[in-house]
Amino acid sequence: MKFAVIITLKKDVLDPQGKVIEQTLEGMGVNNLKNLRQGKYIEIELNELDEKKAYSAVEDMCKKLLVNLIIEEYKIKKI
Amino acid sequence: MKITNNIVESHGLKLEEYSKIKQLLSREPNYLELGIFSAMWNEHCSYKSSKIHLKKLPIKNKNVIQGPGENAGVIDIGDDDAIVFKIESHNHPSYIEPYQGAATGVGGILRDVFTMGARPIALLNSIHFGDPKHKKTKNLLNGVVSGIGGYGNCIGVPTIAGETKFNSTYNENILVNAMAVGWVNKKKIFYSKAKGINKSVVYVGSKTGRDGIHGASMASAEFDENSEDKKPTVQVGDPFTEKLLMEACLELMKKDSIISIQDMGAAGLTSSSVEMAHKGDLGIELDLDKIPCREEKMTPYEMMLSESQERMLIILEDGKEDEAKNIFQKWDLDFVVIGKTTELKNLSLKFKKETVATIPIEALSSKAPLYDRKWVKTKFNKNKIKVKDLKKIKFEEAFLKILSSPNHSSKKWVTEQYDQMVMGDTIQRSGSNAGIIKIHNKDKAIAVTVDSSANYCKSHPLIGGKQIVCESWRNLISVGAKPIAITNCLNFGNPENPEIMGEFAENILGMKQACEFLDFPVVSGNVSFYNGTNKNNIYPTPVIGGVGLIKNLNKIFNHHFKKIDSNVLVIGKTFGHLEQSVFINQLYNLNEGMPPEVNLLNEKNNGEMILKLINAGLINSIHDISTGGIILALAEMSISSQIGVKINKPKKLSNLSEYFFGEDQSRYLIEVDKSNYSKIERLFKDNNIYFDNIGITQKEYFELDKELKISVKELYDINNKWYKQFNGTDC
Amino acid sequence: MNSSVIVFPGSNCDRDIATALTKLQFKNNMVWHKENELPKSDLIVIPGGFSYGDYLRSGAIAAKSNILKEVIKASKSGCLVLGICNGFQILIETGLLQGALLRNKNLKFISKDIHLKIINNSNKFCKNYKKNGIISLNIAHNEGNYFTQKDHLKELEDNELIPFKYCSENGLINESSNPNGSLENIAGILNDKKNILGMMPHPERMIDNLISNEDGIELFTSILS
Repeated sequence: MKFAVIITLKKDVLDPQGKVIEQTLEGMGVNNLKNLRQGKYIEIELNELDEKKAYSAVEDMCKKLLVNLIIEEYKIKKI
Repeated sequence: MKITNNIVESHGLKLEEYSKIKQLLSREPNYLELGIFSAMWNEHCSYKSSKIHLKKLPIKNKNVIQGPGENAGVIDIGDDDAIVFKIESHNHPSYIEPYQGAATGVGGILRDVFTMGARPIALLNSIHFGDPKHKKTKNLLNGVVSGIGGYGNCIGVPTIAGETKFNSTYNENILVNAMAVGWVNKKKIFYSKAKGINKSVVYVGSKTGRDGIHGASMASAEFDENSEDKKPTVQVGDPFTEKLLMEACLELMKKDSIISIQDMGAAGLTSSSVEMAHKGDLGIELDLDKIPCREEKMTPYEMMLSESQERMLIILEDGKEDEAKNIFQKWDLDFVVIGKTTELKNLSLKFKKETVATIPIEALSSKAPLYDRKWVKTKFNKNKIKVKDLKKIKFEEAFLKILSSPNHSSKKWVTEQYDQMVMGDTIQRSGSNAGIIKIHNKDKAIAVTVDSSANYCKSHPLIGGKQIVCESWRNLISVGAKPIAITNCLNFGNPENPEIMGEFAENILGMKQACEFLDFPVVSGNVSFYNGTNKNNIYPTPVIGGVGLIKNLNKIFNHHFKKIDSNVLVIGKTFGHLEQSVFINQLYNLNEGMPPEVNLLNEKNNGEMILKLINAGLINSIHDISTGGIILALAEMSISSQIGVKINKPKKLSNLSEYFFGEDQSRYLIEVDKSNYSKIERLFKDNNIYFDNIGITQKEYFELDKELKISVKELYDINNKWYKQFNGTDC
Repeated sequence: MNSSVIVFPGSNCDRDIATALTKLQFKNNMVWHKENELPKSDLIVIPGGFSYGDYLRSGAIAAKSNILKEVIKASKSGCLVLGICNGFQILIETGLLQGALLRNKNLKFISKDIHLKIINNSNKFCKNYKKNGIISLNIAHNEGNYFTQKDHLKELEDNELIPFKYCSENGLINESSNPNGSLENIAGILNDKKNILGMMPHPERMIDNLISNEDGIELFTSILS
């Protein structure tokens, strides 16, 4: 079973990288940008048939390692 | 919103303090005003518990241009050159989010320096962690080190000295103190004092977000179990924007358009505007609709208390707005006139055409509470330790155990993560007595060092305070610098506890004695109280940042042995003081007795003698003797040079461990050519300087009589293995 | 000889390289990235630092700047281009040099003096160095782990396009003398016309014995001669 984890900075946390990318794109002529935030994408494949168990295993990984819960939030999607 | 007692307390204010607010305003404050008071009246901004003690410290000598009270201290180093420097803590944010906490700590201290018109030329840090075996230590250590590096490396200021220490007292409350040093032409120093009515108040730098709202109050309260969940929005450092802000400010400072400038540090817009108005004895009116915001629908409360990084407030001369704006636009930074100075001495805030707060400036500054908190003298444990009564540990085993311990092993794995060479003026990098930076395009340099000795300060705050100032002095002398002034970062526990307040008061007295005797004043600093969790206060840990001047670039020294067959001498008397030494603490796990006493007269004599020998060209290398005693200092001299030494037992030796591990103060090791020996001996005798001739440098082996013989290569490996084992990687 | 140092927001070795060039008698100009024209130059230097904070990918955003178009044009007509550290990363992002600079193998910023062996000196940047000589320069980077495809590596080797490799004090080129995990210990590469050099170590930090050593000087004197 395969999952995708998308990690982004929490809404109110400053995203210096996103800010610079946004400014650069604007400088390159993209004029309809409203907002841009940068994040991380991780694919995880598990040897587990029970979707519930697999999901909670991935969630556990997020909390324990993948995500810095102080400044980041995450979404898990089955793919 | 009705202000209830709960709301008052959640702002970290006591109910008596709230009554005082009502009295000063002659009415109840609104919620925004309460927030502003809480930010300005907390310990971090008001120094309410520490001020009466800090006043005792000497703050002037003939080199001091600016003492405490500005963004940073300034000293004169001759010609038109001045050095700006300060140390500051970022302990609590670093415990919550080590990378960002440490990074923003570096960012904040850099702003303090370039706000005064100085280009930062060096960074230093003093970081203290809990027991390496504690479950949080590894993560905190790695996060803090990469955060410090991440910020300093990116902005391009070399990190050239520091200390990394471990002690279980910091298990739940690490210390992250960062120091920045800058160079400025002394005719172009900028201050925060506002001048003139109706002048434009300008906001420059990053946008304001909901970062670290009430960070300053967080730094002024103890942690409890819940504080990790109560995390306020953590500030994220953006060294790239800071680099732009620094270049833009320095570019604007070349023109004559700035009246005053202040960075937005703790308590952001609130403290910066109040500070400028207070010093200028005038008022400030701000239009909050103009504040550049990062998030939608930010409230006045959030704007005034946000601790978003990389922002500055500037008061401009009339008609200079366009010139200034062009510079900030060149660097892609916000530049907005957000208000003006006023004759009425109020902080007055407008939002959506309404006045939302009006507070007399003096209520937020000179009328803030000031406490003479109750304090008690520290009870000393005067036990003497007799080595004969202790379990016998073989000399070699004891030595190697200390050499490979977390506190005394090589810190290359830390310093190799910091760019030490950028800017091209680093003469001495981390790992010697002090870092040395050349003044760009000039024939002079400054030496810088940070030091602390929490063990000594805990067991005897007064002696500890003296000792730590002397250690800083000694480190500067050891590279050939004339010590000029210091900055101090005072990390203590809860000041409402009379014992802790006692540690603070006595520690300051000790510093005062040493600073006065050595003419080594304090020109800037920071107090960090409430370090501790659940009533478990940390050891008192004042950190001293010292700066000295080197006028002759040919007379610079480090501790690396230079040649084979030179004499090695110990300057200063060795009594064999083992109480509070590493030997006793680490090998026997004993924490008894008093720290070594400091004789200020000897300190001064010995140090001045070293400078004389340096000027006479009689020394090859120097090392100060500090924790671990003579044997550790000798090992460091060998390891750094790969030159061995044959050490003799002194004739009148009472006990080997006492002599070689004892931590008596005011001592140095020097390496001298044999041909100069008799000349030096005469000088010492004429000047009443005590010395022992303890050995001769030799190839390959580090050797002490029959006790120890080990190759220098092996010593190097032993000194370098700890981190690899701890972290499971090389670097 | 005329040199130009390109300055991006976040460059931080621009002053250092300018100091070195001036000391070695180049007539140097600083060129802001927003400019559309280059002053007359025999040598263009893209300095180290963190252009645009290293955000997105090191060098990626600087590679899109106005002035880079001019640098590409000048390099096509034979002008010498030197990219140091972040400058090397930018040259890779523009495509002027091939390959990629990955994160250091230990995933940490590495700042220390390392040894380099001069592998090839038959180019305008290294001709004053002795072939197989060993020099010591400083490195300070997060992403200096050079990687390229097999056929390109062969091209680099066959055409003498690798001027430096990391080595030990005694000149051994092996894993333990490789600070960052670079393929074949490569510390710098040339383009096929040998007029563009990208290197991770900082020669401009090694021009004064008081500060470090003088091993970087020959690189600049090679260019001058």
